[in-house]
Amino acid sequence: MKIDKLNRPSNNTITQQNKGVALSMHPRKFALWLFIVSVCMMFAALTSAYIVKFTEGQPLVYDIPIMFWITSVVIVISSVTMHLAYKAAKNSNIQQIKTFMLITTILGTVFLVGQWYAWVELVQAGVFFAGSKSAPTGSFIYVFSGVHGLHIISGLVFLLITLRLAFKNKIDAQNTNTIEMCATYWHFLDMLWIYLFIFLLLNH
Amino acid sequence: MELHNHGNGAVVDVHAHDHHHDEHEHHEDGFIKKYIFTEDHKTIAKQFLILGLIWAFMGGAMSIIFRLQLGFPEMTLEWLRPILGTWINETGKLEQEKYLALVTMHGTIMVFFVLTAGLSGTFSNFLIPLQVGARDMASGFMNMLSFWFFFLASVVMFTSLFLETGPASGGWVIYPPLSALPEAVPGSGAGMTYWLISMALFIVSSLLGGINYITTVINMRTKGLSFSRLPLTIWAFFLTAIIGLLSFPVLFAAALLLIFDRSMGTSFFLSDIYIGGKALHHQGGSAILFQHLFWFLGHPEVYIVLLPALGITSEIIATNARKPIFGYRAMVGSMIGIGVLSFIVWAHHMFVTGMNPFLGTIFMLLTLIIAVPSAVKAFNYITTLWKGNIIFTPAMLFSIGLVSLFISGGVTGIVLGNNALDIQLHDTYFVVAHFHLVMGSASFFGMVAGVYHWFPKMFGRMMDEKLGYVHFWITFIGVYLVFFPMHYIGIAGFPRRYYSFSTFDFSKSYTDLNMFISAAAILTFSAQALFAFNFVYSIFRGRLAPLNPWGSNTLEWTTPRVPGHGNWPGAIPTVHRWPYDYSKPDADKDGFTDFIPQDVPFSQTPNSNFEHENELIAKQEGKKSDQKSH
Repeated sequence: MKIDKLNRPSNNTITQQNKGVALSMHPRKFALWLFIVSVCMMFAALTSAYIVKFTEGQPLVYDIPIMFWITSVVIVISSVTMHLAYKAAKNSNIQQIKTFMLITTILGTVFLVGQWYAWVELVQAGVFFAGSKSAPTGSFIYVFSGVHGLHIISGLVFLLITLRLAFKNKIDAQNTNTIEMCATYWHFLDMLWIYLFIFLLLNH
Repeated sequence: MELHNHGNGAVVDVHAHDHHHDEHEHHEDGFIKKYIFTEDHKTIAKQFLILGLIWAFMGGAMSIIFRLQLGFPEMTLEWLRPILGTWINETGKLEQEKYLALVTMHGTIMVFFVLTAGLSGTFSNFLIPLQVGARDMASGFMNMLSFWFFFLASVVMFTSLFLETGPASGGWVIYPPLSALPEAVPGSGAGMTYWLISMALFIVSSLLGGINYITTVINMRTKGLSFSRLPLTIWAFFLTAIIGLLSFPVLFAAALLLIFDRSMGTSFFLSDIYIGGKALHHQGGSAILFQHLFWFLGHPEVYIVLLPALGITSEIIATNARKPIFGYRAMVGSMIGIGVLSFIVWAHHMFVTGMNPFLGTIFMLLTLIIAVPSAVKAFNYITTLWKGNIIFTPAMLFSIGLVSLFISGGVTGIVLGNNALDIQLHDTYFVVAHFHLVMGSASFFGMVAGVYHWFPKMFGRMMDEKLGYVHFWITFIGVYLVFFPMHYIGIAGFPRRYYSFSTFDFSKSYTDLNMFISAAAILTFSAQALFAFNFVYSIFRGRLAPLNPWGSNTLEWTTPRVPGHGNWPGAIPTVHRWPYDYSKPDADKDGFTDFIPQDVPFSQTPNSNFEHENELIAKQEGKKSDQKSH
């Protein structure tokens, strides 16, 4: 018997684009969530290492810089404006998208500058990152805020890309993909900082 | 050996015919776009494979050099000077520090570059889109970046071999303070910096790849391909990617802190260290903390290496035993079980670091539980083979070899996982033998099996079987000859990473055995030349492959002989059944031989359908008529 098993395209007449067949989420959005998971794992490792260091031996006792309170407020506000920008996008309110995106980007930059001044404050208080006067628990604050700061820089790049799209009038109710991903990432960075801040408040 | 009575009978070259489609499918890409900075998952897979194989030969050659030192300590290595240069000292011996460098590089290269990038990178990239019925990965660009980050990591690691102070020498686990202080060993200077940069790039590469694999499996499956119909290969790659996504960031964190300790003067892992009577300023750190962070990646890494090989084996064994895989759900369940457990056993690498014995016992218990899903897998392979109509292709032989190595290496894992026995056995050749069998050789066998099995789809040509058989038997016997005697040396108390054993009385008694192991290692390594020749020769001169050489059910065999970018010239096939309908009773009445591909609807096979499958058709038809009536 001649079996023709491989040439059966006639069975597959349904032309089907396999986009979102299995999951309604856009693949890129999903990939962003996976990236967020991996960042979470990295900070889980860092903070658990901190706990190990903190509970054994004599941890360095220090005060949380006042600046951290201010930057925390700044980044929460930036999250709110980011959300407003996203809502404006959903309503196709082009002018509002531009305004709120701009405010978010500026607040993000202010946050970063604030973190720098918090480091200055730490140094003045005698908490050093490295050198003979440093201790691991003190160094960890720099690692947390520094690594988070690097992610904030990547978030700012993302904000700028979205901002550029907004100024080219390429974001409206039909095209919310980019701004939605940008909002997801920015909210995540916001929550990550709040987590780190509360974590430091509880263990210092 | 009857290999080709399953497919279409004759070897058909359909390339000329396909070319027609290709021209319609996608415009002509330039050479660079097509072969170098390509976004086609199949080409990226080949890039991973070829770079991985190059690394495999380099890593293997390194092991031969230090095996020469261990087996023949009196031998002059002067003849290696053209390659090794100053690594050979004036007396014609291998420099002691360079011995450590070789051991470190061998481990790093094999674990990360060969068995992670070369294995998972190759087959996840190649098979995920083809077997789930997708045109390409979710993001071709990220996929391309993934390879080029691996390439950069390779370049940095390769460059470190030529540093004056030598590459990293603190062992592939890079424990501080050895890895943190350049005074410890020359390799801890620039070599270690290169190592860390290379690994950081590598972590980025594997995260980019992993995110892509997970997204593709979840989002891009073709119509009808539910998770319960996924080939076990895809299940394995999917779980591997999840494990990687969760564990590699932790290694990144550890590496970051180590970089700070090394280059910026922090003290995360360092404390109370005196060099030459002078105290270092580092205070308050803990070297054990690094081990915790490292092994939180390090143990899952073992399964990142092994699971893809097990997935490949499941597919090859079912295909070539012409039987459905035994216990599909149990196979998936045990892989998930292994994946979950892999995250909560890391401290069994640290039983002798002074941890609380009670904590050690908990980790022992969790470790021994891994034997359960592992045994489930081993038994399922054996029961799949049982009474199968086994076709011994080279891929099948390597898969069966994997099962053998997995069992004999796994048994010693139960011994080592015991925190009391580990006091004697830790850091001896017993450990070396154990993980080389269960993780190293087993995964390597899986990788080679995968190459033999999917070579026809990768390059459109067949590899030579006879050379494959010779390659298998020498490798299989050779691997056992190398690693079996090592268990005895380990029980006798030989520590690993020692330059020489002839200086101690207790270890002199095993000089013969060490010589034997080295000879076997050289034999095994030489046999890989057959594989290299076969691989390269077959790419250009191999017999043209039939469309479905192994009579396999999965979707990749429904593509043209050499699929273009986009994989299927026409529509993407729809999946109607699981991939293991081999030797289904009464299939011949439906016009099939001993396999029914995944894209054949149940309605075409009324005679061979099982009862529940007929019910499924009835249900679907009910749905259709419902829709019509509305």
